[in-house]
Amino acid sequence: MQSLTGTLMQPLSESLSIAAPELVLALGAMTLLMIGVFRGTRSFVGLSWGAVVIYVIAGLSLLGDASSAFAFGGLYVADDYSAFLKVLIFVAAAACTVTAIPYLRRARSDKFEYPVIIMLAALGMSMMVSAADFLALYVGLELQSLAAYVLAAFHRNEARSSEAGLKYFVLGALASGILLYGISLVYGFTGTTSFTILAPLMSAEPSIGLIFGLVFIFAGLAFKISAVPFHMWTPDVYQGAPTPVSMFFASAPKAAAMGLLVRVAMEAFGGLADQWHQIIAFAAVASMILGAVGAIGQSSIKRLLAYSSINNIGFALIGLAASTPEGVSAVLFYMAVYLAMTIGSFLVVLSLRDTAGRPIDDIAGLAGLSRTRPGLAAALAIFMFSLAGIPPLLGFFPKFSVFLAAVEAEMYVLAVIGVVTSVVGAYYYLRVVKLAYFDEPTGEILPQESNVNGTVLAVAAIFCSPIGLLLIGPIGRAADQAALAMLSF
Amino acid sequence: MVEAIIFYMLAAVVLVSGTAVILSRNPVHSVLWLILAFFNSAGLFLLLGAEFLAMLLVIVYVGAVAVLFLFVVMMLDIDFASLRAGFVSYLPFGLILAGLLAGELIVAAGAAAVIGPPAGAPPTPVLTSMAGISNTEAIGALLYTRYVYVFQGAGMILLTAMIGAIVLTHRSRGGVKRQNIARQVARQPGEAVRITKPKVGEGVEL
Repeated sequence: MQSLTGTLMQPLSESLSIAAPELVLALGAMTLLMIGVFRGTRSFVGLSWGAVVIYVIAGLSLLGDASSAFAFGGLYVADDYSAFLKVLIFVAAAACTVTAIPYLRRARSDKFEYPVIIMLAALGMSMMVSAADFLALYVGLELQSLAAYVLAAFHRNEARSSEAGLKYFVLGALASGILLYGISLVYGFTGTTSFTILAPLMSAEPSIGLIFGLVFIFAGLAFKISAVPFHMWTPDVYQGAPTPVSMFFASAPKAAAMGLLVRVAMEAFGGLADQWHQIIAFAAVASMILGAVGAIGQSSIKRLLAYSSINNIGFALIGLAASTPEGVSAVLFYMAVYLAMTIGSFLVVLSLRDTAGRPIDDIAGLAGLSRTRPGLAAALAIFMFSLAGIPPLLGFFPKFSVFLAAVEAEMYVLAVIGVVTSVVGAYYYLRVVKLAYFDEPTGEILPQESNVNGTVLAVAAIFCSPIGLLLIGPIGRAADQAALAMLSF
Repeated sequence: MVEAIIFYMLAAVVLVSGTAVILSRNPVHSVLWLILAFFNSAGLFLLLGAEFLAMLLVIVYVGAVAVLFLFVVMMLDIDFASLRAGFVSYLPFGLILAGLLAGELIVAAGAAAVIGPPAGAPPTPVLTSMAGISNTEAIGALLYTRYVYVFQGAGMILLTAMIGAIVLTHRSRGGVKRQNIARQVARQPGEAVRITKPKVGEGVEL
């Protein structure tokens, strides 16, 4: 790995070639925007597929030399860790772009800006996971958040959607402010914002100001992954936002913010693990309990999935609390499987429409799904069993690996609470399956209207089914390699 | 000596105009007093040798923010008299809060003077050869070289904000008459002129 000081004299062309994925996304988003501006709304479908092509190109530009490299004077780092997360982000963003087409058309919100804003958000997330400096971190985070606020209010004629956008904006701006305040404290007490320069300064006895800064930074990032006690916005925003947008919120930004949190914790504040360990452990326990208990009383499917995402973030945080390479690898593995399960569950919600063509959001609407739409019910059952962590479905294995990492780090209490809450959580996942399979149908449900959505849904279902176990080896190895690349600083 | 005189002059004007902002009855006058306060603060920055900040203050705050305030104040029909109705009854409470804050500031400043500067690593200068060039040049040299990545990232944020504002507010209304220059230019005399022969004592029907 090259040294940080060497990058100050680095030519710009070299930096640009290291940051190729971001370059592709930025130029791609601007090209799509120009096409959309001149051709208008009718280019919506074409632009969505164009966006997928750009994600593929950006993904391909991740290939190449595998060694870690700094760019832009140490603001940006490209390593296996960022590459792993970028693949997740691009796949999720592409899936959320094309599967939204039928929904947005029906709701008359099929504006060409949708794929463009998703791509700008993906650019921000990609900058987040590659950030090696608090400045770059903040800029990436803000880019992603700003795009997300707009997406939440995308159905501007609907009061719920506008409310979701406003709520997300106000709380998100507050969280950004808290994060920025923490960054300024850390900068003030250490004199640097670079992770690599910060890391060796952390071994000494930390000052109170530094710890304050650390707490504020973790609070700001906990908001972005919606960990308890910074989760309040999640159910309201997921319910109010258009369903494809909720699907996007629950998938890619979660992975990006999680990746960012792990990098900040392990790389910049690795020496202060004793200090942040209790914060993460508390957030993990609280998220698992509240996610499991809060979901029980919900009658809206989207709210239920929001609580499910809070619950899952709690499990993933256990891996970070272990603060070992195995723990980091388990977090990455968890996020990869979580993305597939979440996108799949939301796709099921997307394809639920009553005879009048209106989207169904009530859990009671799932009753008897196995008789009206057997294929969809089977997919739903796979996702729910997988989210509940029941073997032999794929969802069991990431849970197992985070618990294993916690046990190896001798955090037995955390592991035990995790197992108990996953049993509590299983109740509401199984209730959904029971409704779909054992209750009398209350109404007709229209068939899938788009082959693309059906295909993505089928792929996600197969990935989460026992067939997906074949992929555990490659994903696990990639996650191990990514964790080691990040920790070798 | 001259610097001290200029400082006190600028500082006095800032204080007076700042007080006038909250005391003047007419909101438009308040905004104008605010602009005066901004200009004089810019003068204070100049005294400190921070000419870049001074320029920013004038361009951003006077040029954009204050003018925006002025637009908002003039466009919104707010009854400011009713907003001020409870001023006297709130005055004692406000004075107590202000006194508390002032006391805390004095204690904090005194404590800081006793303790001295905080311990910790001094900030690491990024570029060492900064002597002899102006602030603006130094910021420019860093902004477009070392921090070009963040700078471009900020550009993307502004682009996103712009797209977002348009997506959320732009409506294409029907029945709007737009100028079509090509059609105007292509118009022939035959379409535009009509020759009539009105009889004496009768008007023209248009």
